[in-house]
Amino acid sequence: MAKLTQGIASVGLGEVERSVPADEAPPLAPNAALSVIGKSVPRWNGRQKVTGAVRFTADVNLPGMLHGRFLRSPHAHARIRAIDTSAAERHPGVRAVLVILGPNGGGTTSATAEEGVEATRRNVQPIALYAGQAIAAVAARSVQAAEAAVRLIKVDYEPLPFVIDMDAALAPRAPVVFEKLEIQPRSGGGMAVINLPLVGNLRGPARTSRGDAAAGMAAAEVVVEAEYRTQVQMHCCLEPHGLVADWRRDGLTVYASTQFTAGVRDELARGFGLPMSRVRVITDAMGGGFGSKSTLGTYGRVAVELSRKAGAPVRLVLDRAEEQVDSGNRPATWQHLRIGARRDGTLAAISLESRGTAGTAIGAGVGNVAERMYTCPNFEQAQSDVFINAGPGCAMRAPGAVPGAFALEQSVDELADKLGLDPLALRDRIDPSPARREERRIGADLIGWDRRHPAGSETGPVRTGLGVAQSLWGSNVHVTASCEVRILRDGSVEVLSSVQDIGTGSGTVLAQVIAEELGLRPEDITVRIGDTDFPAGPPSHGSRTTASITPPARNAAHQVCLQLLALAAPLLGVPPDDLRVGGGRIASVSNPARSMSFREAAAHMRTEQLIAYASRSDDYAGFRARMGDAALALNDIGGVQFAAVTVDTETGLVRVERMVAVHDCGRPINPRQIESQIHGGILQGLGYALLEERILDAATGHMMNADLEAYKLPGAFEVPAIEVRLLENYQGFSSTDAYGIAEPALVATAPAIANAIANALGVRLRALPMNRAAILAAIGAGKDAGR
Amino acid sequence: MSRRSFLSGTTAATAGLAALETAVSEAASAASPAVIGPNPVFITLKVNGSARTVAVEPRSTLAEVLRGQLDLTGTKIGCDRGTCSACTVLLDGVPVASCSLLALDVGERAVTTIEGLAEGDALHPVQAAFIEHDALQCGFCTPGMVLSAAALLARNPAPTANDVKAAISGHVCRCGTYPHVVDATLAAAQARRS
Repeated sequence: MAKLTQGIASVGLGEVERSVPADEAPPLAPNAALSVIGKSVPRWNGRQKVTGAVRFTADVNLPGMLHGRFLRSPHAHARIRAIDTSAAERHPGVRAVLVILGPNGGGTTSATAEEGVEATRRNVQPIALYAGQAIAAVAARSVQAAEAAVRLIKVDYEPLPFVIDMDAALAPRAPVVFEKLEIQPRSGGGMAVINLPLVGNLRGPARTSRGDAAAGMAAAEVVVEAEYRTQVQMHCCLEPHGLVADWRRDGLTVYASTQFTAGVRDELARGFGLPMSRVRVITDAMGGGFGSKSTLGTYGRVAVELSRKAGAPVRLVLDRAEEQVDSGNRPATWQHLRIGARRDGTLAAISLESRGTAGTAIGAGVGNVAERMYTCPNFEQAQSDVFINAGPGCAMRAPGAVPGAFALEQSVDELADKLGLDPLALRDRIDPSPARREERRIGADLIGWDRRHPAGSETGPVRTGLGVAQSLWGSNVHVTASCEVRILRDGSVEVLSSVQDIGTGSGTVLAQVIAEELGLRPEDITVRIGDTDFPAGPPSHGSRTTASITPPARNAAHQVCLQLLALAAPLLGVPPDDLRVGGGRIASVSNPARSMSFREAAAHMRTEQLIAYASRSDDYAGFRARMGDAALALNDIGGVQFAAVTVDTETGLVRVERMVAVHDCGRPINPRQIESQIHGGILQGLGYALLEERILDAATGHMMNADLEAYKLPGAFEVPAIEVRLLENYQGFSSTDAYGIAEPALVATAPAIANAIANALGVRLRALPMNRAAILAAIGAGKDAGR
Repeated sequence: MSRRSFLSGTTAATAGLAALETAVSEAASAASPAVIGPNPVFITLKVNGSARTVAVEPRSTLAEVLRGQLDLTGTKIGCDRGTCSACTVLLDGVPVASCSLLALDVGERAVTTIEGLAEGDALHPVQAAFIEHDALQCGFCTPGMVLSAAALLARNPAPTANDVKAAISGHVCRCGTYPHVVDATLAAAQARRS
């Protein structure tokens, strides 16, 4: 048994006893007592990034490399009678042409490599299920030659009726997207339940419940009931999806823009029947994924097949229009939410029905924030997917929770209004999380919550409003996450893992944790990651990277340090357990005069290096759930965000003036990097709230804003003043006690802005985006209703 | 019709029209404007202080030539239509979208890419400040952001936060680095003045 720190630093720290495996690093002190962890040290690869030296996938240029391009369907729905590739194959410079076979369309996320290869073997003819679906691909000596050859492919399409609107897709006699599901469409998202019934275009529902929601609702003294709608949001990774595939007789190397090098390696090995040892995946840097680069993707499989066919490396990178149409998206949703409560605010029942559409994919659920955020004995939900002829959705930063919180947090505010309670007071009553209670206290103070006026009480043309909303996200851990730490004979240290740094700074936190354990500086640690030749690391999705890889990194550093201390002990004439590292030295605790530098000790190594390997151990108090390689920790990660807005009632313009974001992620390792991620979450949430929306043409099914200008993103002038505060929330769960931040940073943003707009106007908007037209319409409707 | 036959056809038509209307000698028709391309032509670009002669197809953009032929891959292509500014380079110190400029049209102007901003091992103050303030995440928009911020400081040594926002307003950053980019650029300006 060991005593570990427990509690929230700003509230008060205590200790908890846990059973800790013998080979783990000893309990870590709170950040205040540490020298490297908890400090905002500079990003490990910052210099390479500001000098242009860092290599992204599209920067990889191999000798003899070919360039791939796709042919995409101009039809939103069409049977393909025949494809003639002969002219394309004869075009100068063309080295390989490939028809993308399979029953579910060639979408980026629609089939695994294994399913795709199997469909090719069985010669399953493609069906165009959405405009922009990849039908065929060409590899040629230049991008221009590939594009010219693509235009020479003749496809005999038989256009079919299509449906691109979720409500229309549920009408009787609506065109049916899937006659039957030969392969379960992929979601990439976390909320997809497989093998649900399919009737027409409606798949599901997936139901969960506890208690008796109907009885609870009947007994409730106050009920709020509302419908919400959310739009399709695009990931807009600045680096497009892409892959460089180099198929050789002795093995396959791919340079992938991916959030999961080890997962892509495994998928390639399974799909192409190769030993895992003969597949290498390299990701030096990755220019944004936000959930959409978690698997190999159809583009990845096609690049590999083209490379195999052509006998040369192939670079296949999507252009911006392809990126917007066929690299995933956040599904649109409709929700019907009812919350029943007693007069004192305690919740009696929550009932949620949702339908969402991820186009030709699944996973358009609204998550479990309604199920888990607040204490409520009776709950029921039914979530369904609706298929339409539009590009497949996939996981996007906090899938499900983002639309889910937009509804839940507005309805909770509405409940507070009905009960005559302050929204924070109601949450204090129904929210079981001690972390969020402290976050509400800190945030309310920062934003000046006591100055919040009654909803709609201002009368001028430009009105101000304050709003609050909360995040909830499961604390994910990848239990196969592993790494190796080496001390070399000159005293240098390196960490090796396939874990990728997708921009979050995973390399920085690795260096910090190892430096702390070895008594060195972070810049003394050489970080070698993003390569499956190293021990397999975790995926970077589900906010799990830090939680998964920092404990084994610290444990491996501890083990390799013990080896060095065993070597130093006889040199210093003291037992190894009397030695401590710090400040680049090894010193005796009982007689500090006996010491030597870390480097000097390393010089006495009999071999060129000392090595320790560690994989993620289970959390000391166990996990809440375990699904294959993934586990859900006992804690949640979350946060509370406050928004201050101004709304111009004459133009409909909403300006978010300030955001206050107070978050918890266990032990913060690098506060500034965490702050950077929270900025990103807030700005993606702000875009979701006010600006962003995929627009499909009703006549053709084509995306009308498949670019970065008509698809509206927040820019420098839309950025509010953002204040970030972090809790140190120790739980004694692992050797670093660190958890993730990326997704909770976004979940609360749109509902906080919506609640602030409701406070400004006295009118509530329940559909996204809350753009100028929507604001003006809501004001008009509010006036009509006598406001 | 291929690009090649389109171009040669246009040339013939132009020549024919000139002959018909002016009825001048063959010498005049031979003097009609020279057609460049579609085959590669040699041009010399002044890039990061050195003259680089490359054979480029006339349709090639500056971004394509920098990345593909000069191996200066710090210049990124995010949209290839001048919207996202990831491809920003400096032409005589002025930020431009290199994806929307033909390499042939660069002429005598000096091109500075992200690889040419530091002086040897000494980072430009904006680069150092970007690291210090964590003004980058994935890093894909970073080269362009850094160059626009550096150009701002060259023309305005004491910018306000709004000046910085205006200077980077054409840059798309999906990671949301804008607040730290503003902090870093103001800090770099401060550091240069003191």
